[in-house]
Amino acid sequence: MQLTHSKKTLRTMLLTAAVSALAISSVSAETLRWARAGDSLTLDPHAQNEGPTHTLAHQIYEPLIIRDMSGQFQAALATDWAPSPDDPNVWVFNLREGVTYHDGAAFTAEDVVFSIGRAQSENSNMKELLNSIVEVRAVDDLTVEMVTDGPNPILPSNLTNLFMMDSGWAESNGVVEVQDVEGGETTFAATNANGTGAYKLVSREPDVRTVLTQNENYWGIGQFPLEVTEIIYTPIQNAATRVAALLSGEVDFIQDVPVQDLDRVANTDGLIVKTAPQNRVIFFGMNMGAADIANDNVDGANPLADVRVRRAMNMAINRDAIQQVVMRGQSQPAGMIAPPFVNGWTAEMDGSVSTDIDAARALMAEAGYGDGFSIQLDCPNDRYINDEAICQAAVGMMAQIGITVNLDAKPKAQHFPLITNGETDFYMLGWGVPTYDSEYIFNFLTHTRGEDRGSWNGTGYSNPEMDAMIQSLASETDLSARNATIQAIWDDVQEQQLYLPIHHQVLNWGMSDAVGIDVSPEDDPKFKFFTMN
Amino acid sequence: MLAYILRRIFQSLIVLLAVGFVAFAMFSFVGDPVDNMLGQERTQADIERLREQLGLDQPFIVQYWRFLEQAAQGNFGLSYRQGRPVSEIIAERLPATVELALVSGFLAFIGGVGLGVFTAIRRHGLLPSFIMTASLVGVSLPTFLIGILLIYIFSVELGWLPSFGRGEVVDLGGWTTGFLTASGLKALILPAITLGLYQMTLIMRLVRTEMLEVLRMDYIRFARARGLTEKTINFRHALKNTLVPVITITGLQLGSIIAFAIITETVFQWPGVGLLFINAVQFVDIPVMAAYLMMISVMFVGINLIVDVLYFAIDPRLRIERSVGGH
Repeated sequence: MQLTHSKKTLRTMLLTAAVSALAISSVSAETLRWARAGDSLTLDPHAQNEGPTHTLAHQIYEPLIIRDMSGQFQAALATDWAPSPDDPNVWVFNLREGVTYHDGAAFTAEDVVFSIGRAQSENSNMKELLNSIVEVRAVDDLTVEMVTDGPNPILPSNLTNLFMMDSGWAESNGVVEVQDVEGGETTFAATNANGTGAYKLVSREPDVRTVLTQNENYWGIGQFPLEVTEIIYTPIQNAATRVAALLSGEVDFIQDVPVQDLDRVANTDGLIVKTAPQNRVIFFGMNMGAADIANDNVDGANPLADVRVRRAMNMAINRDAIQQVVMRGQSQPAGMIAPPFVNGWTAEMDGSVSTDIDAARALMAEAGYGDGFSIQLDCPNDRYINDEAICQAAVGMMAQIGITVNLDAKPKAQHFPLITNGETDFYMLGWGVPTYDSEYIFNFLTHTRGEDRGSWNGTGYSNPEMDAMIQSLASETDLSARNATIQAIWDDVQEQQLYLPIHHQVLNWGMSDAVGIDVSPEDDPKFKFFTMN
Repeated sequence: MLAYILRRIFQSLIVLLAVGFVAFAMFSFVGDPVDNMLGQERTQADIERLREQLGLDQPFIVQYWRFLEQAAQGNFGLSYRQGRPVSEIIAERLPATVELALVSGFLAFIGGVGLGVFTAIRRHGLLPSFIMTASLVGVSLPTFLIGILLIYIFSVELGWLPSFGRGEVVDLGGWTTGFLTASGLKALILPAITLGLYQMTLIMRLVRTEMLEVLRMDYIRFARARGLTEKTINFRHALKNTLVPVITITGLQLGSIIAFAIITETVFQWPGVGLLFINAVQFVDIPVMAAYLMMISVMFVGINLIVDVLYFAIDPRLRIERSVGGH
């Protein structure tokens, strides 16, 4: 009873505040017209774990913790967080006071309990990030405790895309459950939104146009620039059209500028291009686990199982040539499969490779493949920047050490199942690390393929010792011991040449020079940080 | 007559079923939708659960049968990509494509007939030769190149017309139209030209050839001998007789304009069914692909059915053949 009463008073207060705020903010209305290649798939914040979907959700909804535009943690709906001093298996989050949803309802600990539970439910695509959480408790209105199945030092990094939803709104609109694609009916939450974020949804036509307007009651007013008052988001798939829209001034900000148009945009008056390394590394994987592989011309043996062959292949790749010719300078050659922001990355390992054809040929001869062999390379043609062209370049480089590569490039929808089903022997993959920690890479790419881990490990590599080390990372609370284990695993990965790193992708954002923002490594602009001149 | 029509309808149904069959047989080669639907953190258990839920573990014949069962009840399922009913999405997108097709069809017809008549009457000279040469370019340049070229000239360099989208639209009870706003009309121009250019050059060349043929006829010579003005001869007698095959072709082409607006819609980010289909193919959104292909085949089969029935009504020979029987 008391709750409803206080909610009502609050609502009246907010309404008054809203009316007065409206009068002020209409003075300096700055509209940002934003375009990128793809649209968000759904407004339901827990239904999809995908870049463009999260990017739109970040404007409307908020997680407890966000990453700012440089990738650092920043308090959002939680003001501070720490492991409980009494129990290493518990994280305590103190929530921000006085936060309301766009419909006026107050944000409380109850909503955190509800949202985490919703994100853990069967139809949620976010549940794998929350595997370790056993229980979420609301201690009081502004304190939440998360109990994990063992100490989990990196739990906060799994929460930066985990959005908070109002439990009352979800109940009254019948969206307590995440949408079940085959459930028959579309859900209210897929096309409507009620978050705590800096922007409110005004209208949305999927794949056509989404309009957001600033939330006058946002808790962060005064703390963030918030100079963009209206956002018009239009997906433009065709790269040439997207660039044309920016050149002609029809949009102010585009996220993916094709590398061949960078100079054109940068040389146009009133437009600028900003570039930064992306949280994504591109590499080749090799099936080394099988006794014999199907897509080569060697009978009864697997040349890729020999580490000397893998090292020779690594030496044959001329990363500088790929960077200069294929990527037109828009990449950073890589020596390890971790992006530079990630805990465990070292400049030493990343810079460790150099092209040496003679040494590579010698290694091939030593391994008994002096005459080379032939193999098929599977490559996507619509996923990474210039993916097919990189593979074509690799074909020529491998030929220099006698390996005849047959390139098979196809759309991502056909390429990725080959990796996850273990049907390819030599493939391209790119990997981003949303948790900014090496454990994420190991879990998916180097752990033995099994129920919970190793789902993207298409190499067939299996090393029980390494698996044990990887599993220990999940509950090691001593950070220096944990980092030592991470380094030990990396040493192994590098020593065994499990993957052939190519480069770190570089992000290019094109924008009107009125827009002030730096590129974020995860390609997710958060418009509350934007300035407008 | 009735028996003939019934037989044609029956044949059309078989064609539709065959199209669906081929489409479903091919969907398995487009890729695996599950991979797009689940994030990179998904486990094998998730994949299997979803595959089973969507019926993707079944052979395609079973999937096709389930689609037919549902479609017969007017239910085309939920889009894998958007999670909304397919029928709702298509209804939302269809007006954009239909309006674009009508405008470009109209432009193609007017422009094609006008230029065709002109080049038929003035067979020599600089302008007619230029038009004939230019029409070759129109026939041979790929649509996306024309689109990009127009965007470059009229949006980037001159800044006159928008490079993407539909502008502002007005919702007339479920049908969104761009005809009623200035920005909507401006947005129509470039895509309509891009889409209609090929048809226009086709119609122009057809009109020209037909017209040259007709102008050689005896009755034209007699008309000249009677002293009728050139204008009357060209437009009242010659053009009228030229138009019969042209209208048939134009009608049939309207179908293909709707069906093949895919490229134009992608270049101009035109929110029609063609763009929807391309997105569906990239995402392996089987319900949307299936519904779109069925819609297009219904359209083509429908047009052909009408043409057949009209021929039957017009051409007495079809009726005689029936009564004579086999030979």
